[in-house]
This record gives sequence, structure tokens and C-alpha cells, in this order.
Amino acid sequence: MLIRKSEGIRSSEITPRSLYLSRRKFLAGLAAAGAAAATAGGVREIISPSATVHAGNKINGLQKSPFSTTETITPYKDVTHYNNYYEFGTEKTDPAEEAKNFRTRPWKVKIEGEVAKKQELDIDTILKMAPPEERIYRHRCVEGWSIVVPWVGFSLSELIKRVNPTSKAKFVEFTTDLDMNQMPGTRRPVLDWPYKEGLRMDEAMHPLTLLCFGMYGEDLPNQDGAPLRIVIPWKYGFKSAKAIVRIRFTEREPMNTWNVMAPNEYGFYANVNPNVDHPRWSQAKERRLGEFYKRPTLMFNGYDQVASLYSGMDLRKDF
Amino acid sequence: MRRYLKPAVFLACLVPLGRLVWRGFHADLGANPIEAITHGTGDWTLTFLLITLAVTPLRKLTRQYWLINFRRMFGLFAFFYGTLHLMTYVWLDKFFDVHEMVHDIAKRRFITAGMTAFALTIPLALTSTKWSIRKLGGKRWQALHRLIYFSAAAGVIHYIWLVKADKRRPLEYGAVLAVLLLYRVAVWIGSRSKRVPGVAAPSTVGNKIVET
Repeated sequence: MLIRKSEGIRSSEITPRSLYLSRRKFLAGLAAAGAAAATAGGVREIISPSATVHAGNKINGLQKSPFSTTETITPYKDVTHYNNYYEFGTEKTDPAEEAKNFRTRPWKVKIEGEVAKKQELDIDTILKMAPPEERIYRHRCVEGWSIVVPWVGFSLSELIKRVNPTSKAKFVEFTTDLDMNQMPGTRRPVLDWPYKEGLRMDEAMHPLTLLCFGMYGEDLPNQDGAPLRIVIPWKYGFKSAKAIVRIRFTEREPMNTWNVMAPNEYGFYANVNPNVDHPRWSQAKERRLGEFYKRPTLMFNGYDQVASLYSGMDLRKDF
Repeated sequence: MRRYLKPAVFLACLVPLGRLVWRGFHADLGANPIEAITHGTGDWTLTFLLITLAVTPLRKLTRQYWLINFRRMFGLFAFFYGTLHLMTYVWLDKFFDVHEMVHDIAKRRFITAGMTAFALTIPLALTSTKWSIRKLGGKRWQALHRLIYFSAAAGVIHYIWLVKADKRRPLEYGAVLAVLLLYRVAVWIGSRSKRVPGVAAPSTVGNKIVET
């Protein structure tokens, strides 16, 4: 499958011959996975070639979304070569290099905690839960830069509905994959691995909250959180956990990794807020990548429709 | 051959700037070019500070005493890259907004540290000429130029205080600085015991040092 990109095809994007020749086996594996997932009582381990679903696989049937912004989209090259994904290194250019061979199939997501039934969902089951939408969102990093990304996915609420959380479920916790063999950055305790994030239930159920598996009309590249991540556009980017392997419903507010790392600097809510500075830098302005001048930061990153979730809350305290 | 060494080293010291400019013109500074310039100039400021501090230990230990001729050049390049780094902040980050900058310096520790580090290099740059050494006198000039120890330390602290989680790079600079400063401490201890004739080497710490 060749990638149709205007700048031409990089040799690093050419599908390796072994994968190309084994694609039928891969598809058969998928079918078996689907069949196994359909049977009650667990999913059989699928032995498939260590298949990386290359970014470049076009996602068909994309629907447009009213949540999309009309702002200029950040170039693909920038969004794929400027990443905070410390599992693959702490330099912005590390993930593009180090995540090249990250295996994104087979991939399972454990659903645990306050749910009717604990289960392990194969990602390809998840992908079929709702039609894929293109959501062009602003994305604001806590460091003070921002981008506009055409994500592909559907509302996280579609998955949540289908796994039947109990009445005790007040929060959702997300866990990122941790694999020291594939993730060189995790060999040092730069952060408390595995990476964890969380949302309040109403935040998770909000239509804006995106269960994301693609961008720019294609599968997510490895360095951007393949094969599955969440995107919460009104919060700082570190809330939008990547490479999710576990979704757990909890009664109490879960811990999130950056809050554990520096509790006075990174909170649980992490709503984009120009009035609440990071202790070490101001959050009043941001640099939109590609622009020379800084632009003022917007409350909730411009997504005012979420303001009602926080009425009555002191967002300086609950930062 | 030696005649060309100084101009050659001078040009070599300009290479980091050249690379930044080249990459800038070829759109090869990544997705956030201003950040790349800030980090690049900052790294080279610290690097040149450490190179400057390495001259004396290096020339004494290898007996290549002529290296002293390059110390001023390295020091001034540290000031040069420091100025570029500061200009990136003042212009490309703050757009000359004095109010915002004053607020930053007061409120954000790592900016205070950075400004201190830079401010300490100003008197050093201004008194870098032979004329200054003559006017101040060797001893006073040398005392003044010990400020570079504090400038380098403030620079390392600035770097440690600005990183989010990965302190490895700043601590590596800190380690090199520690070694270079330790050399001075060792020399100082050594010179103190030499003042009194007949006193044994500094290893016999228990002996009372008799003032003459």
C-alpha cells in the first residue's frame, strides 16, 4: 500500500518486504482475532508476525465533525518530528527515531475496575465501535507551544457506553504501554513508569474527548501515540495519553504521572488556563508552531463548551 | 604554522553559530526553530564557559603553557553566545516587552539564575583587554575574573531549574564544572601549605600549620 503524500515518499516509509509478503497472514490473524473476541470467555492469543501497522494506511469512510476548527493545520512533518513521548527519549526528535519499530499489532486494551465485566478488547474490535471521524483540534502543550492536528477517532463515550461502568465509576484511568525492550527512555526513571493519566467521568463522557487512532487521514504514526490514544483538546497535552493498554474505572481520583513527578507544577485537571501560570513559566501566551509571534492562550484552549463541567470550582486550586 | 592557529581557532568557534544560521536558512531547525536557537545558543554559552575554565588546568597538566593565548578568545566567545542567547529571549520570546521580562526575572527562578550568569560576564568582557589588566593591576584583575566561577555555576543552575524532568544534560555540565572547580580548590590547598617552609605535603592534615 503506497502512501499518497505530496512531498514524495521517504524510503523509511516503504513497507518492508517481509511485512508485504506476510500481509495475508496478518489479515487472517485479524479475522481470527475478531472471531475470538466474539466468543465469550476471553481472547485467544494470536500468533501473528510482529506487524507494525505503518502510518500511511489510509482510513476509509472518514466523517467530518462539527467539533473541527478551521484554523491552519500544522504540517505533518512537524507533528511527527516534535514529540514529547519520554518513553522513547526526552528530546523532541527522539520519538521519531526510536519508535520506528514499535510493534502496534497485536494490541489489546484491558478494561478493568468498576465495570460490569472485566475484559480484554482487541484494538481492531475497538476500531469498529463507531464510524471514524476527522476531528481537527487545537493541541496545547504545557510547555507553551501549540499545534492544530486533524485527529481521527470517535468520542470516548462510544467505548465507555459499551463496557457498562457501574454506578461506582466516578473516574477513568488510562495506562500507557511499558516495554523496556522497545522503549529506551523507560530504562531510566525519568518518570514513574508506566505513564498514567485520568479523567473525571463527565470529562471522559464529553463528546469532545476523543478515542484516537489516526491523524491526517491515516493511522497514527508510532511517535504520535500509535496505535491508540486519547485526545482531550481543552487540557494540556500531557493529559492526552498515548499507546493505551489499560482503561480502568475507579471510584477515587486516579494519580497521573506528571502530578506524581511535580505536584506543584502539574495537576490532575490541567485545563488550559492563561490565568494560572506554571510555577516556572507563564501560560498567558503560546507559540503556535510555524508562527513567529506568540499568540494569547485561550481559556480551555478555546473550547468554551466545557466550562460548565467546572462551574463552582476554583481552577487555581484544581489546576 | 602557529601564526594561523589563532585565526583557525577563531573560525572554529564561529562554527556553532554558522551551523545554526545554515540550518535556519534550510528550514532544518525542526518544528520549533526559535526553541532550537534558544537551546543551541544556551548550550554553546555553557560549553565555552567550561572550555575557558579548562584552559588553565589543561596547560598546567600538559605543560602547554602557550594555551593561555586562547583563554581570552574562548571567554569572549562564551560572552558572545551568551549575548545571542539573551537576545533570543529578549527579542524572539518576549518581543522586547520590558514589563514581562522584569516579571519573569523576579518570579521565575531559572530566569533569575540565567540573568545572574550573564550579568557576571559583563564586567569580564569589558575588562578583557590588556589595557584593563594594566589599569587594574594583575592581582585585582585576577580577583575580578574569578567571577567566571560563579557565572558558570549560575549557568548550570539555570539549566537544572528549567528542565521538566530529565536532569541528565544539565547535571553532566555540572559534573564537568565541578571537576574544573575542584582543580582550583586542589591548587589553592596546595599553595597554602607551600607558604610555610618545611611543612609536609597537604596529606598530613593533622599537623598544626605554623604561621611565620
